[in-house]
Amino acid sequence: MVRLIGILTGLFFTVAVLWAFATGAYTAATEGLGEKTAESEFHEHPREVAFTHDGAFGHFDRQQLQRGYQVYKEVCSACHSLRLVAFRNLSDLGYTEAEVKAEAASWQVPGIDPNTGEATTRPGTATDYFPKPFANDVAAAAANGNAIPPDLSLMAKARHDGPAYIYSLLVGYTDPATHKNEAGQTLAQTFPDSMPGAGLYFNPYFPNLNLAMAPPLTSDGQVTYADGTEASIDQMAKDVSAFLAWSAEPTLEKRKQTGWPVIGFLLFATILAFLAKKQIWAAVTPKRKD
Amino acid sequence: MSFPWAKHYEPKAPVMRWIDEKLPLPRLVYNAVGAGYPVPRNLNYMWNFGVLAGFALVLQIVTGVILAMHYAPNATVAFDSVEHIMRDVNWGWMLRYAHANGASFFFVVIYLHIFRGFFYSSYKAPREMVWLLGVVLFLLLMATAFMGYVLPWGQMSFWGAKVITGLFSAIPLIGEPLQIWLLGGYAPDNAALNRFFSLHFLLPFVIAGVVILHIWALHIPGSSNPTGVEVKSESDTVPFHPYYTAKDGFGLGVFLIIYAALTFFQPNALGHPDNYIPANPLSTPAHIVPEWYFWPFYAILRAFTADLFFLPAKLLGVLAMFAAILVWFFLPWLDKSPVRSGHYRPLFRKFFWFGLIPAMAVLFWCGGAPAEEPYVMLSQIATAYYFLHFLVILPIVSAFERPEPLPFSITEAVLGSDKKAVLGENTTPAT
Ligand code: HEC
Ligand code: HEM
Repeated sequence: MVRLIGILTGLFFTVAVLWAFATGAYTAATEGLGEKTAESEFHEHPREVAFTHDGAFGHFDRQQLQRGYQVYKEVCSACHSLRLVAFRNLSDLGYTEAEVKAEAASWQVPGIDPNTGEATTRPGTATDYFPKPFANDVAAAAANGNAIPPDLSLMAKARHDGPAYIYSLLVGYTDPATHKNEAGQTLAQTFPDSMPGAGLYFNPYFPNLNLAMAPPLTSDGQVTYADGTEASIDQMAKDVSAFLAWSAEPTLEKRKQTGWPVIGFLLFATILAFLAKKQIWAAVTPKRKD
Repeated sequence: MSFPWAKHYEPKAPVMRWIDEKLPLPRLVYNAVGAGYPVPRNLNYMWNFGVLAGFALVLQIVTGVILAMHYAPNATVAFDSVEHIMRDVNWGWMLRYAHANGASFFFVVIYLHIFRGFFYSSYKAPREMVWLLGVVLFLLLMATAFMGYVLPWGQMSFWGAKVITGLFSAIPLIGEPLQIWLLGGYAPDNAALNRFFSLHFLLPFVIAGVVILHIWALHIPGSSNPTGVEVKSESDTVPFHPYYTAKDGFGLGVFLIIYAALTFFQPNALGHPDNYIPANPLSTPAHIVPEWYFWPFYAILRAFTADLFFLPAKLLGVLAMFAAILVWFFLPWLDKSPVRSGHYRPLFRKFFWFGLIPAMAVLFWCGGAPAEEPYVMLSQIATAYYFLHFLVILPIVSAFERPEPLPFSITEAVLGSDKKAVLGENTTPAT
């Protein structure tokens, strides 16, 4: 009885799913498999970039993080918040306690006037978090052509291949009238409807191809690096991507450093366990005759 | 239980004798996982995964309870409280990565454990109850993992919860009210998050209880083995301790190395980047996908793309998805072959390796892919095979199959001959 009902149920689901298959196959045969879209033809995967924090022995380059922080402060912070990071965290980048305090004080954070109780601003202290550039989302959207600049604290983990994606996005802006995809076509020719509208900018690394962020890094030397490194667009893009990799996971270095002793201990324990197992089983394991 | 030659507990230390007289807990442990439990001597490494699953459960409970000390189940702060754990709690990042990857580790182990059961027909008499409780465990585990994934309240948490609870709305008449009741609202929000947290905390302890029943039921007939021939005499078995404690210890070591490598060097490889974006009901992610361990069933759900007569496609998909797991409950009665082990079943073995395993691989792959061609068509073929395999092929294959000769006993399988086991005093009836 169970088997009879089982066979009938099985046949029912099989017929239902093969019917769906047939319907799909018919559509595919008459209308072709999947249409080409502007995204499918022009979207590109992030470029290959090497960061010192890559790989199992990865570590942060403190100088680079400081430069990246400078780019964030002088460029990105006009539009993007970094709400999960506090000034005290900057000591991770190699700043001394005094430097952290001075750095915090160079930012204005929301405060309360001690005499009147009115909302005002005051210089930041080490325990404050990075302030937001806009009072609220409505203000942020109004100032950015209806798009809200996302918070950058976790950006490097919130996209596939995050740091490489941020880097590619920053250096990837091109002119859709002349940029050619692998097939040698331009967007203007093949998908004129997908050309960026007013206030949008073409960037093949962005999933929808057109985004509301104007190219933020536009000229070499836009930032004057405190350590004297030459601030090419490429350098600034790499540095800020490395900085955002840190802000997304300040514990990355510690994680990788902890991993090795843990694995080492486990390897040792596993070898011991293997030898123990072999010895215990020796008495009941038949000797192979061949 | 069990076999007449099972060793009896004799406490040596006075304190153990004292405890054992008052509360025979030492005796219980000795008979469950100590020298008092005789186990077939020929188990291969596929028999490691039960103990590994038990280890994974303990790991999840320990890391989970500590995480719960720092986590805040409130929709406005849940996401930030998880980041607080990652950034400010001492070793919080390690706890969270250990728990998230621990869930994956648990599922890897459980899938291997279940497929061991499929190949060796571990579900057959006299172990039906062990199997039924196992399927219950799997369902509880899926529910626990699903609700756990909602807790960080990222984009995938939110949209995953919305899609999965939305499945209930496919049920005619009561569907919509049921979904609203489950969520405590029209969409996932604070009410849903709070109840999911409460249940996510509770269910692992329910699982622990069912594991005890599962092992209790197992110890009535004792473990099966790769030949599928039941234990006949003492020479067929070895005591669990030290033999299998040693073997399981080694297996655990190997597994922990893989798990630690993932947790410390690629902790986000199995997760989805969108879950690092706070939940936003106004912005739908481009591709909503559950965690990898749900992919086969998600693929089955999405394979039903066409209505059949009066049955809407969505309802068919939901029914099929649940049926795909529920059929496992009936395996002991669907598979009538008197031979257990796939090693001695030439036809069954072919369907297993060249049918079920590829179909599962395709379902895993397509479930994580976007709902586009060719993934949809591939998952439709794999889904058709999945149901045919369990519900049509398995019930009738034994009628066409000539099993290969079985060894007389486990001892013979291991040593090449079995003199001792021929109708000794301790012999149990042959199968
Ligand atoms: C003039 C304001 C402005 C500045 C300055 C700016 N951005 Fe943006 N950014 C935006 C806006 C607006 C968006 C949202 C774009 C959209 O969704 O179309 C955005 C989006 C982004 C994104 C997310 C893209 C995605 O995948 O969703 C990243 C990453 C980013 N910005 C990085 C940066 C970095 C790094 C800097 C500094 C070098 C920077 N931005 C400077 C306005 C700005
Ligand atoms: C929380 C999850 C689970 C735990 C902790 C667990 C634990 C165990 C343990 C310790 C054993 C004995 C060792 C072994 O044979 O591997 C066992 C046996 C078994 N389990 Fe599980 N199990 C779990 C889930 C499941 C599931 C989901 C199934 C099947 C759907 C299942 C089916 C079985 C069967 C059939 C046996 C007996 C196998 C035999 O001896 O041949 N278990 N389990």
